[in-house]
Parts: sequence; structure tokens; C-alpha cells
Amino acid sequence: MSGQVRKRLEIFFFVAPALVLFALFVVVPVVQAGRYSVYRWNGLGPMDNVVGLQNYVDALGDQVFTGAVMNNLTIIVLSILIQLPLGLLIALLLNREMKGRTALRVIIFVPYVLAEVVAGVIWLMLLQPRGPVDAIFDALGLGGLKQLWLGDPDIALYTVMFVLTWKYLGLAVILFLAGLQGVPPDLYEAAQIDGASWWQVQRKITIPLLGPTIRTWGFLSMIGSLQLFDMVWILTGGGPANSTMTMATYLINQGTNRSLYGYSSAVAVLVFVISLVLAAIYQGFVLRRDAQDTPRTKKVKR
Amino acid sequence: MSAPTSVAVPGKAAPLAGTDRRRRRSNSFKGGSPLVYGAALLVVVATLGPVVYAVLGGFRSNAQLAAAPVSLPDPWVFTNYVNVLTSSDFWRYAFNSIVVALVTTGIVVIFGVMAAYPLARYRFKGRNTLFMVFVLGLLFPLTVAIIPLFLMLRDLNLTNTFWGVALPQAAFALPMTIVILRPFLMALPQELEEAAMLDGASRIGFFWRILLPLSGPAMVTVGVLAFVASWNAYLLPLLILSDPAARTLPLGVASFSSEHAQDTAGILAFTSLAMIPALVFFLAMQKRIVNGLQGAVKG
Repeated sequence: MSGQVRKRLEIFFFVAPALVLFALFVVVPVVQAGRYSVYRWNGLGPMDNVVGLQNYVDALGDQVFTGAVMNNLTIIVLSILIQLPLGLLIALLLNREMKGRTALRVIIFVPYVLAEVVAGVIWLMLLQPRGPVDAIFDALGLGGLKQLWLGDPDIALYTVMFVLTWKYLGLAVILFLAGLQGVPPDLYEAAQIDGASWWQVQRKITIPLLGPTIRTWGFLSMIGSLQLFDMVWILTGGGPANSTMTMATYLINQGTNRSLYGYSSAVAVLVFVISLVLAAIYQGFVLRRDAQDTPRTKKVKR
Repeated sequence: MSAPTSVAVPGKAAPLAGTDRRRRRSNSFKGGSPLVYGAALLVVVATLGPVVYAVLGGFRSNAQLAAAPVSLPDPWVFTNYVNVLTSSDFWRYAFNSIVVALVTTGIVVIFGVMAAYPLARYRFKGRNTLFMVFVLGLLFPLTVAIIPLFLMLRDLNLTNTFWGVALPQAAFALPMTIVILRPFLMALPQELEEAAMLDGASRIGFFWRILLPLSGPAMVTVGVLAFVASWNAYLLPLLILSDPAARTLPLGVASFSSEHAQDTAGILAFTSLAMIPALVFFLAMQKRIVNGLQGAVKG
């Protein structure tokens, strides 16, 4: 009896600090976001102006917000389309006996470790008009292709995309390399004995076996793209003409810069719902295949 | 009874090391064609180019940068770096960053391992429900809660304090920490616990004397991840630390670059110096960071 009580007390002692911290700074603000979202409120004075779902209607009717959602979706798709083949190629190239391989692996990871702010400021300097990027274009005789990289509404989103690729390609490569470690070496040996070329081995053996790693990376990449804030805030602040606005920069714009706390809470809830739906879709259509793949992979391994 | 030293500590890094690698080596394709080295060189240049440019650019004057954007320093100018290093601002930002990151990491690791222990090794009703509460936290990014969080911290008078940033950061890092630590603690052999109990240890004694020392590697991994995330954080500090004296390094870099927009060389020097702590820390902790991320993916 007292043993039971003691056990309860122990559990309480161990879990309580984490639970209290989590409840106070995660659960309460998330619930509050839902509550604020039905008010029109500027953060000062009493919160008594209930507007129901009007904030949601306003947000979904605001072209800047829907444009921001589209930008996030574009970034998700482009990130995967660009980083997957490129990351795979680099990982396959590095997954072999060569001089300086360890150093190479460290180097390729450097951009990922830098703060987004630091990387953003460096690229801001590189991309400024008559800056080094323009100079390189001139030196290559491509001066005619120079653009206002961050100042042209038609170009800015792709420039941001390019910088994001530079920053996050290393993560893809490192994760793919880890996945490659799990491919049993016997398979390579067998394929080589059978006379398969390097490319055949990669296409028929390595890439299929890398499936689960690729799908998990895709999920991480998607989640990251949905929450994109720092890099955009530094490079463009969401401009020019809202062309690089993301859901997160829109949220901060409306919330802290314009003090529309009720409205921005509704935006936060929408961001959460959109993320949840996309995560569920990804889970249902892509990650589910892992469960089906598992037995087949095991058979191959034996 | 086996001596504690002979106990194999479960960890994800183990299978990658040693014999496995040697076996791979003899079997993987022999690399090193000129094409591969060429591609590798290209990757290195593209990856490090901007970083090296920033560091070297800090050694040039604005006149040099304007005259030839891509060039080596000629002559080498040291004033940019000296100015940053002798300004009290830079050191204050760095100090603030260190304090916030250390407090965040400390809270995450201590609270995380404490919560993971009963979730991993006690049998009690509602254990899985409790675990799911934390797992669900993974679904809520900081962005979703940022506005109410900002208002709440304002009401609690925590704006412009270390706690105002460290506590929410730690709270949002807890789910991942517990998700990583729990399976690790579960994998420690049951015999160990029984042996400790036979020797008269209580569950708390077991936690303190045996479990904590054995879970060192996992705690370092989650600690490093929390530290790096805090060190690089921008959104929360941006809203909470409006007082220039409370700024962390990312805030300092951002504000310096907008306040001295014309001084490209100065910005490059400031940014390069702000980069150094993260790079040094990464090189020292490289294995841990990479293992942690890979572990999270395999999770």
C-alpha cells in the first residue's frame, strides 16, 4: 500500500517539472491561440469584441495570405524536386573510397549548422546589386542575365529558394549517406560479380533500399518549409510586393507589427490546420509505403 | 554479477562503427576517378565559397569591395575585425547567446531525462497516455503558439529576460528530447535494475547511480541538439528581446546589418565573427549532431 503511494510520488516527482513546463509554455499558448482567434483584439484593454469566425473568413479572403500559402507550397515542392536528385547524386558520389572523404562530409554540413540569420546576411551581401554574384555573372560573360535578385517580384522567390537549397542540401546528403550505411555490402559484391555497372547498382539496388530514408527526409523538409521564417525575414522581409511572403512572415507581420492579435491567432490556427492536413496526406500516401516495403526489404537482405 | 563496465550500452551509433566499416571498405566501389574528384571539388567550392567570401571580405575595405567585388584583400585591412572585437556590443550579444543556450540546454536535459525515466521504466496506468501528450507536442511548432506566448511573457514580465526565451525554447524542445531518450532508457537491460534492487538500491537510487551515468551519450546528443537550436534561434528572441542590451547573436547580426547597411565590409566581419562559435562547436560535436539527426530520422 505505502509502496504504491511511494511509487506514485516518485512518478509525480520525475514527470511534474517537464509536464508543468510543457503545459505552461506549449499547451496554454496553443489553446489561447484558438481562443483569441474568435476575437478582434489589439492586445491592450479588455478582450470583449467577439467576432466569431470572421477572422478566419478575412484571412482566407486576403490575397496576401493565400499568396503566402501558395509560396509555402511552391517552396515545399521545389525543395524536394531540387534537393532530392542533387542530394542523392552527391551522397552516391561521396559513398565511396576516396581521399578526404571525412573532410568532405564535414564541409558539406557546414551551411546547415550556421544560423539561418547568419547565412541570410551573407547571401544578402552576395546578392546585392553590383555585388559579388553580379560580378561573377559579368566575369562569365553572362552580364545580360543579371537580375535584381531580391528586388524583382518575379525572381525573388526563386532566389530565396536557391539560398535555401545552399543551406539545407547538406542535411539531405548527410541523411542519405546514413541510409547508405544500411545497405548490406554483400549486395554490392554480388552485383559487381554479376557485372553490373556503377550506375546500374545505384539505380537497381541503392536507391530502392534508400526509400525509407528519402521519405523521412521528405517529411522533415516539408515541415521545415511550412515553418519557414528566418531566412525570408532577413533576405526580403516577405517583399517585394509580398512575392516572398510565407505563412510565418505573414503571421508576424499581422501580429506583432500591426498588433492584430485576434486576427493573427486565427492565421496561426490556419497554419496549424494546413500543416496537419499536409502531414496527414504525406503520412497516408508516402510514409505508409514504408510499412509495405519492410517485408520486401528484409527478404532482399537475406 | 557482472561488473558495470562490461554492460553494453545500447546506442544507435554502435552498429556503424568498427568491423562494419572495415567490411564496407573492401566491398564498396573503388572511387577516385577524376570525374568524382571534380564533382567533389565543385561541391566544396559551392558550399564553402560564400563562407570564405564573408571571412575574406571582412579583411577588405568598402572601397575595395566596391571596386572589385570578388577579389583577395589588397592590402589586408584589419580595422573591420578590430572594430567588432573591441565593441562591447559583440561580446554582450555572444554572452547573451551563451547564457540563453546553456539555460535552455540545462532545462531540456534535466527535465527530459527525469520525465523519460518513469515513462520508460515504471509500469503504471496512463503511462502511454502521458507519453502521447508529449508526442503530440511535436505537432505544434513554435510559430503556431508565438502570438499568445508573446502576450503571456509580456504579462509575466519576462520580456527582455533570459528566462523569457529559455523556458519556452526548452518547453518546445521537450517532446523531441523525450521521444529520443525514452527508447534509449527502455533498452537498458532489466537485469541491471534487478541487480541494483537486490543490492538495496531504491528506484531513485537506480536512476541516480546507474541510469544517469549510462545514459550520458544520449543526454549529450539531445543536449547538443537543444544547444544548437537555441544558439541559432531567431523568431522567439526577435519578439521577446526588444532591448538592445538583451540581444542574442542572431539578433545582433540582423540588427547590425540593417543599421550599418552601407558598411558591407563591417557586416561581413561581424557576421564572420558571429559564425565562429557555431563552427567551432560543430567541429567539436560533429559526431553527436550528425548521430542525433540520423537517430531522429530513423526514430
